[in-house]
Formats: sequence, structure tokens, C-alpha cells
Amino acid sequence: MNNFLFRYRYYLARRMTQIIVLGTYFLANFYGYKIVIGNLSSSVVFGFIPLSDPFATLQMFFAGAVISADILLGVLVVLFFYGIIGGRFFCSWVCPVNIITETAAAIRRKLGLYDKADALFSRNIRYWFIIITLILSSIFSLGAFEMISPIGIAHRGIIFGFGFGWFFLVAIFLFDLFSQKYGWCGHICPLGGFNTLVGKYSLLKVEHDADKCVHSLECFSVCPEVEILEAVGKKSHVITGAACIKCARCIEVCESGAFKVSVVSLAKQLKEGA
Amino acid sequence: MNKIDTPKRRLFLQKVLYGVGYASIGTIFWSAYLSKSHAKSLLLRPPGALLEKDFITTCIRCGMCVNACPFDVLQLATISKNTPIGTPYFTPRENACRLCPDIPCTTACPTDALDLKLLTKNNLLSINNAKMGLATVNTQSCLAYLGLQCTMCIRACPLADVAIVLKNERNPRTGMHAFLTPVVNPNHCTGCGSCEMACPTNIASIKVFPLFISQSDIGSHYIVGWKKEDEERLKKSSTDITMSRTKRNEKSALDNVTELSHLILIDMLSKTTVSRA
Repeated sequence: MNNFLFRYRYYLARRMTQIIVLGTYFLANFYGYKIVIGNLSSSVVFGFIPLSDPFATLQMFFAGAVISADILLGVLVVLFFYGIIGGRFFCSWVCPVNIITETAAAIRRKLGLYDKADALFSRNIRYWFIIITLILSSIFSLGAFEMISPIGIAHRGIIFGFGFGWFFLVAIFLFDLFSQKYGWCGHICPLGGFNTLVGKYSLLKVEHDADKCVHSLECFSVCPEVEILEAVGKKSHVITGAACIKCARCIEVCESGAFKVSVVSLAKQLKEGA
Repeated sequence: MNKIDTPKRRLFLQKVLYGVGYASIGTIFWSAYLSKSHAKSLLLRPPGALLEKDFITTCIRCGMCVNACPFDVLQLATISKNTPIGTPYFTPRENACRLCPDIPCTTACPTDALDLKLLTKNNLLSINNAKMGLATVNTQSCLAYLGLQCTMCIRACPLADVAIVLKNERNPRTGMHAFLTPVVNPNHCTGCGSCEMACPTNIASIKVFPLFISQSDIGSHYIVGWKKEDEERLKKSSTDITMSRTKRNEKSALDNVTELSHLILIDMLSKTTVSRA
């Protein structure tokens, strides 16, 4: 049992965080506890710290909305944290869709649907998706991705009620299960793409020690963004791939402890990157 | 030519074209959905909401107004609702806006999609300046218009005797009773929907519609001459108005009659019928 807890310590911590975050929002709406009010688009913590989704705000800006000071401040607070701990920290520790897609990926592994030589989609689709989102936002003068975002549907659904929105989430689950491993989170989601760009030089990174590596390839089988593990087992290095969602699955599954969390300064990152 | 490279490049091009294809199909559906969201819905927005077009641009869909509403009046639109997903609305027949004097919903809005400025008149912030919609009475099913004494709507109205007034009229059917009929004053109605919620008829006989449906506009080409400010408008208006008038007919009236009877005569002769006359 202890072994299980240890082996899944980050996994359980992440699920806890996701549930607690959404739970606090839910309690705020349902019972009126004012710890955090709002939802993942924009919220206020303890009644005075504003938080706002930078990507949603960018869409609003392109749509031609006047961005209020509250929202701008919220965006700055969020960008500050994204800059330190990494934009995609959101993806694995907060986003409710992550629970769906990781479950789909786990079932996929169990069912052996895992190995497919040729990926259906390129991982760069998300960046194109960002561009299309911004263009459509300005054409239709509303946040284009916010209108279809399964993340929005999921967190608003949990906090305020679903309607038929759950249908979207089932679709994403089935897509990830049968069509493409981590299809939504790792290939399409423009919010993930945006967070990747924002948190490229975040200070919190995973470090790999090639001397300890026994080449079990366990990390490759769990990592949702396998491309960032390119040099694992070949040389000791900091994993600088911006797409890392900080899920720490690699740290958990590695029997030989070849991964660890580390704080890496910007100067060092730039040097390693060069 | 390198024979190994060629199929790779072809494969790459093929993949790119696949991508373009999928993307355009997706964008078509997406755009269709987005343009549909501009269709005006009949749902009412919280107090202080910007014009619908600006509102859906500015609302970040955070639900803080829904959170703030102490009577659970406001709801966030789900995908099943016929309005942009995630935006707040309320249904007056089920739960009408209570016009809280401290305006918690509008105050909570971080984006100013619900703007306190729109609730401020003459430097005075008041929820009574809200314009969420306008109540309209169906005089065919309203009990008061049938001659019963109902007064439910005026009793529910937070601005009773201002936004709804009772008109006192004699009921000629009985000869001894009065019609006490509700009349909405569009200048003061906030569109809170308390009247619609209170109306005892099976389907409400007084209903709140968004302003874009129920509000009308006299237009600048009419001047209400007996109102001082409107008369002022006439003085301020530019003087170089060119009026085009149809030229006055200078024939006498009798000439016209003979001309007309002449025409009728021709018509009668040609068709040999009298029905036209």
C-alpha cells in the first residue's frame, strides 16, 4: 500500500489538486464559501487576488473588447506564475480535461492500443489552432475558442452545471482512447499550446541523470509529450522541452530514480539550449 | 536525384495537405457555430449588461455574477441553451431579478461586460436604472383587462406605480365596476421580470422581452412640438434642408372628374362590362 502511494505520489497529488481547485469553486457557487470565486476563465482568490486566463483575454483583445484593469492584473498574476513554474503546470495540475485524457491514455495502455508507429496528427496543430482561433475571434468578434473549449465546458459544467456539454467530453475521451494517444492535450488543445509558449523558460524543470538510467523505457511509455525525452538515457541533462506538462509521471515510474525536480536558472537554460 | 529522399518529401507534402484539409473542414463547422452565436436570443442579461453584441465579446464567462447573485436568479448558459455558451442569463418566469440595491452581480463583473456606468444616471448609481428588458402586457389574456381585479403584477413590481401604473376605467359590461388595468411605463421598467413571475395566468400575460425586441424608437424625423426640449432640437437642426414637394395639381376638381369618367367610359366600351365602375 505504501509502495502504491509512493509510486503514485505525484499522480495522487495532482488528482487531489484538480479536485480541490474545482471543489472550492463549486463550494463558492453552491454554498457561498468565498475562498475562490469565479472559474478557470477568471476568478478572485480570498476576495482580492485576481486571476485571469491569458489565452481567453488574448482572444477578447482580438475580438475587440476593452480589457478592464481587473482582468489585466489577473493576467499578469497568472503569467508570473506560469513564468516561474511553467505554463503547462496548469494542464496537469488544474485542468479537468487532463483527468479525462490521462484516463483514456491509461486504458489505452492496458488494452494494448498503445503502439502506433505513425501519429495521426502533428503536435504542431495546436499552434496553428491558436492562429485560427485569433483570426476567427477577430472576424466574429467573440472569443472563438472559448465558445467550443472542452476545458471551459468541463469546469463550468462542474461548477455551474453541464447541459449537453458532457457530450463534448465523452467525444474527447473516445478520441483519445481510440484515435490518437493524448490526441487532445498533446496535439490539438490551443490552450496547451499557448501555455507551452508562455512557460518556455520557466524555472521549474525535470532533470535527468543518465548515469542512473537503466533504459527501461518506462518514462517513454507514460510521458504525454514523448518528444521532450529525446536525449533521455543518452546524456545527463535538464529536460528543457517547453511542452513538458510537469506531471512528474517520469519521476514516479523510474525505478532507478534517474529523474528529479530541479530549479534551473534562465541563464543555464539558454546555455544548454544553445 | 536522390531516390530515398523523394518519397519522404512526398509523404511530408501529403501530410501537410491532409492537415490543411482537416483544418478547413473544422474551421467551416467552427465558423458556422460562431456565426450562429450572433443570432439574438430571447434570454435576459443581468443588470448593467452592455449591448448584446459587445456583451458576448467582453464577457469572459467566469460566472462571478452567478456566484454573487443571492437569489440564484442568474445562470450560465450551457451548450444546450440558445445563447453563447458560458454567458449569464435569467428566466423571469422561473426566477425574476430581485433588483438588489447593492447590485452584487454587476459589481462582481471583472470585465465590465456588466457595467456600473450603465446603471448610473446623473451621477447616481441605482439598480432602478437597469434596463434588462421591457415588460409587455397581452391585453387579451390579462385578467385585469377582462374585468377581474387582479393587481398581481403591480404588487410584485419593485417600482410599483412608477414602472407599472393601474389605469382606472369604467367597465361598460356591468356598468358598476371598474377595469383596473396595468400599464407599463417603458421609461421606468427595469425588465426585472417580477411581474412575469407573479402573473397568475397559465402562460404569463405580462412578459419581459429583451429591449431589442420590445423597445421602439420614434426616430429623429418626428418632433414632439409641445415638448420644450424637442422643440429646442428643431432650433438646433441645420437650416439648409431641401424639401422636395410634389407639384400642386393646377386643374380644377371638375376637370379631374371629367377626365376620370372619360377613362372609365373607354374602359367600359372596350371590355363591355360594368363591373369595374
